[in-house]
Amino acid sequence: MIRILHQIFRTGIVTEPLPAEAEAEIQELGAKLEDAVRRRFRRSLTIRAVDAGSCNGCELEIHAINNPIYNCERFGIHFTASPRFADMLLVTGPVSRNMEIALKRTYNAAPPPKLVVAVGDCGCNGGIFGESYASLGSIDKAIPVDACIHGCPPAPAAILKGILKAIIGISL
Amino acid sequence: MEKNDLRNIIVSYFDTDAIQDNNQSPASVPAYRVPRERFAEAAKAMKSADARLVAEWAADESAFGRGFGIYACYNKESEYLIVKTYAPLEDLTFPSITKKFIAANRFERQMKSLMGVMPTGHPDLRPWIKHEDWPEDAYPLQKSFDASKPMTRIKGEYQFIKAEGEGVYEIPVGPVHAGIIEPGHFRFQAVGEDIINLEERLGYVHKGIEKRFESLSWIDGVKLAGRVSGDSAVAHSLCYSRALESITGCNPPERALWLRALMLERERTANHLGDIGAIANDAAFTFLLYQFSRLREMLLRTNLKLFGHRFMMDRIIPGGVAVGINNDAKKEIISEMHWLEKEFERLVVIYDENPSLEDRVRDTGVLKPETAKELGVVGFTARASGQAMDCRIQSPFPPYDRIIPKAPVLNSGDVHARAWVRIEEIRESIRIIREIVNNLPEDKTASDFIVPTPDKSGFAVVEGWRGEIVYWIQSGIKGEINRCMVRDPSSVNWLALEQAIHGNIVPDFPLCNKSFNQSYSGHDL
Ligand code: SF4
Repeated sequence: MIRILHQIFRTGIVTEPLPAEAEAEIQELGAKLEDAVRRRFRRSLTIRAVDAGSCNGCELEIHAINNPIYNCERFGIHFTASPRFADMLLVTGPVSRNMEIALKRTYNAAPPPKLVVAVGDCGCNGGIFGESYASLGSIDKAIPVDACIHGCPPAPAAILKGILKAIIGISL
Repeated sequence: MEKNDLRNIIVSYFDTDAIQDNNQSPASVPAYRVPRERFAEAAKAMKSADARLVAEWAADESAFGRGFGIYACYNKESEYLIVKTYAPLEDLTFPSITKKFIAANRFERQMKSLMGVMPTGHPDLRPWIKHEDWPEDAYPLQKSFDASKPMTRIKGEYQFIKAEGEGVYEIPVGPVHAGIIEPGHFRFQAVGEDIINLEERLGYVHKGIEKRFESLSWIDGVKLAGRVSGDSAVAHSLCYSRALESITGCNPPERALWLRALMLERERTANHLGDIGAIANDAAFTFLLYQFSRLREMLLRTNLKLFGHRFMMDRIIPGGVAVGINNDAKKEIISEMHWLEKEFERLVVIYDENPSLEDRVRDTGVLKPETAKELGVVGFTARASGQAMDCRIQSPFPPYDRIIPKAPVLNSGDVHARAWVRIEEIRESIRIIREIVNNLPEDKTASDFIVPTPDKSGFAVVEGWRGEIVYWIQSGIKGEINRCMVRDPSSVNWLALEQAIHGNIVPDFPLCNKSFNQSYSGHDL
């Protein structure tokens, strides 16, 4: 136990401000954002992540926004196991044919108003997998998409920024 | 010294019935063609020689006028050998080898599902990866299949294995799981809390990767290989490149080889760090998750800074690498390793001394050594269950012939063993990274790319962080990609989870699953 406490004190708080440009943008969006999150989501935004055929690269970076350095919880963002509680679906992958039905079901299970954010190039436009017998070629071919975060994979800061922007997008 | 046990067995057993295929590279991995009706006999001979089935696959070689090629690759210690045969277009069947090798079960179901070649004598012909709503005659890996069009959905139902008896109930889980992970379906049969059977059903993230390769140039192919399983971008793109280089005879410069190993070890370390934290988290010890994810994040940032990408995607190219590091970068890596080692060792003590963690990870999800051997599992999963295998040692490329890794082997096969093997591997990787950086040869970073000539096949294995990755590639009549067979470690290791879970309680499933952390994308392709 003493070791654990030591380590906690030694580590301190490692959460960082986002990279300068992201941070500046967030500052700017800050006021609107707070208002939006408070009004629309009662101070917390609950996300359900859905892998619709990704290579797992985007999942790793979504994981990273939960690490103590990006610490998404400081913005009131957290992840849920059930789409029933979700305000937002964070969807990755080009939508494999074998995931299309499950993705649509997850979408239908989430209560409105709901936001859908496509994460990664292959979710936005099919990326390297493109469109084929096994891949729809983008998330908006299966469900309505509110925002896209490009990158292969997008860096954690870009994902955070994209989520925040998507929230503001609907309240404008 | 090269061992030739398997080769000698095939040659003496089949005599003139086994013809060596001269189009197969590298020379150290020979391919022997045997008559179709004797394909299973070869498997039997390999089994009695104590060989492991590495992979089994098919290729549509109708453009060469010889039907479909059926391939099985075997390994024993450092020796790899391919046995092949042909199925003519009018009779696309071959003798199943499932009765000899359990791993062949899914390989052959997959071959039937995607390539349309029928393994005769196979006990379970339910489709694999191909879901029940695909048109039955859709065989995407056949050349005549038009991959650009969406397929219609038909009605159909997958038949799960049923367990019956008083008090047996079923828990279906997935494909969408609770956490931020890839999709797959698990069907448990349980009595009370105890799991009596687990059946996996995968294929949800099948996005047609192997078919996609066939529409890409060799150079673009490496980008796709890097996205077969995003957590293993380096290992997959390296394996693809090595298979391709084996065909063209291209030798990357010494410096490129060392930089490849540097990236491979960094990928191993970052993934191991993340997973050890995640295992602790699934045993309700969140503290370690946050601590380990902090270390992992720092490594990824260095990757971005020095190599231009957090996962080092697209940094390995056929012929070499697309990165260069200068003296400042070397210094940075050395001081990073110094920092990492200190931080890491502190956390290891905490992991090791925590009784409640120990209680959860010991004797949980045991994969017995004999089962591991029987299934032919690979990588840290195999090493945690008594199997001393590591391609970096058995099939080394420079610098692993000089900086020889020590592969830790444990026998308990439980969650703890799988975590502990990875702890030891991080220590080794730190040592290897230091040695590479300190002795990095001066040279170019890439040799010129050479385009393959028609009808050649190449093979390579690379020890990614999960274990042995295998690529077999074949050039077509115009020298294009005719076939790119990918075998992720997960393709065999998924079988191990089903076995390891027997007798465990349902709430321990996430912990067990995490300790294997297999790839869905690498398996489903
Ligand atoms: S965008 Fe790139 S990293 Fe993300 S899932 Fe697609 S291929 Fe993988």
